[in-house]
Amino acid sequence: MKYMLLFMSPASDGEAGNGCTFEDWVRYDREMKDAGIWVSGHPLQDLTTCTTVQVGPDGERTITDGPFAETREVLGGYDIIDVPNLDVALEWAARSPGAIASGSVQVRPVAEIEVEV
Amino acid sequence: MTGAEATAGVEAVFREEHGRLLASLVHRFGDLDLAEEVASEAIEAALTHWPVDGVPSRPGAWLLTTARRRAVDRLRRDRVLATRLAVLQAEAERADPAPPADADPDLPDDRLALFFTCAHPALPAQDRGALTLRFLAGLTTAEVARAFLVPHATMAQRLVRAKRKIRDARIPFRVPGADELPGRLPTVLQAVYSVFTEGYAASSGPELQRTDLADEAIRLARILRRLLPGEREVAGLLGLLLLVHARRAARTGPDGAVVLLDDQDRALWDHEMIDEGRALVLVALTGPTPGPYGVQAAIAALHDEAADVASTDWPQVVALYDVLLGMVPSPVVALNRAAAVAMRDGPDAGLALLDGLADDPRLRGYHLYPATRADLLRRLGRLDEAATAYREALALVGTEPERAHLLRWLASVTED
Repeated sequence: MKYMLLFMSPASDGEAGNGCTFEDWVRYDREMKDAGIWVSGHPLQDLTTCTTVQVGPDGERTITDGPFAETREVLGGYDIIDVPNLDVALEWAARSPGAIASGSVQVRPVAEIEVEV
Repeated sequence: MTGAEATAGVEAVFREEHGRLLASLVHRFGDLDLAEEVASEAIEAALTHWPVDGVPSRPGAWLLTTARRRAVDRLRRDRVLATRLAVLQAEAERADPAPPADADPDLPDDRLALFFTCAHPALPAQDRGALTLRFLAGLTTAEVARAFLVPHATMAQRLVRAKRKIRDARIPFRVPGADELPGRLPTVLQAVYSVFTEGYAASSGPELQRTDLADEAIRLARILRRLLPGEREVAGLLGLLLLVHARRAARTGPDGAVVLLDDQDRALWDHEMIDEGRALVLVALTGPTPGPYGVQAAIAALHDEAADVASTDWPQVVALYDVLLGMVPSPVVALNRAAAVAMRDGPDAGLALLDGLADDPRLRGYHLYPATRADLLRRLGRLDEAATAYREALALVGTEPERAHLLRWLASVTED
């Protein structure tokens, strides 16, 4: 079963992050790959690079800089892992550098939609 | 045997076996809905056959065999379900490659895994007690709804939502490993305890205590104690429930009014239950770092051992509250500690501690804070302030007997 781990941090942390290092993430990445559970994943660039697109009922596009002003938590990256159950997924989430200090990890099961072919 | 006797026999067996049956089916098929359906089909079959053929010698095994056959029939008919369960099975084997061998392959006891599923931290805290009552104590949804004083439809919806999360997020049916157990056991104990507290002091409604619910909680704690004999906090929880429940007969007067510990007729206490509870306190406290349930049980034991309030070992009660406060830094524990200090050192000392808690937002809306304050003010002869505090408590209190109790004291401090 696939789960998406979303690494969240408070917007107020800015670029300082939650104190974990690049090396911590490299090690975590390696652990997941060695365990054979890693499916895909990426870190995301800073929120200042974000652009929001919205299409109104009349088809008009609105393009704005950044996310909504009230954003309190920022998605910093994600991984998709394939593990037997939620307990295992939670264990991997807890081991990630993103879970410590002000950071947190949201664990969401991937919806498997079966399409008849 | 008459038909009625057989039916009563079936119901008694069913109640006892339901959690066990369900847990075995969930373990086997990995699907709570399927397990529930075939378990109730097996019960229905028993209700048809047993009054005619008699109750079989191993009723639990009969129910399990019948339910398993029904499940296999269903899986033959329903390929989609079968495919999904086959995937589940394969993944379960990947997670736990070597399941422990069952001592009795006909009647395995998989209830412990189901306890951990029902009280999984990924489920809403308020639903864990309800799930435990439904699936391990074998109560119907209607009974669970009554237990938690919510409408039937609301409880049904909560159970459906929780079951959907168990299925869709794949919360596993497994006993956590030794390294995870310390982190996972507290929610299981909390779920059972929440059933007990709901029965012991219904948060609202005409009856102060509903002993049937407290009995269910004790039954669940006994099951846990058998399944986890080495866990001292389980002994502590069972001990605590027994030591509190032992006072049930003295806790309400003939008119249904609440009788506080101070005024209870201690001859009405259940001394057999107290003895059993005290033995469990010993188990819970023997060894390094006891847990919060063990300490609370020890406090309850000190009350139960005392001939009256005056001869209660208050210094020891305060010392145990100090230990408890170190483990559970909760304002409610601090409130209880303040009340014990008032007994040891006088109402002034208790009141000073209570005043220190006045700004804690977690005590806002908790009627026992102004009620405890009112009692101490009354004992100090500060009757006007006591009356104000009784009125504050009355604005918050839930059950009718507690209201009546507060009204009586309010009247006593506002007389002429």
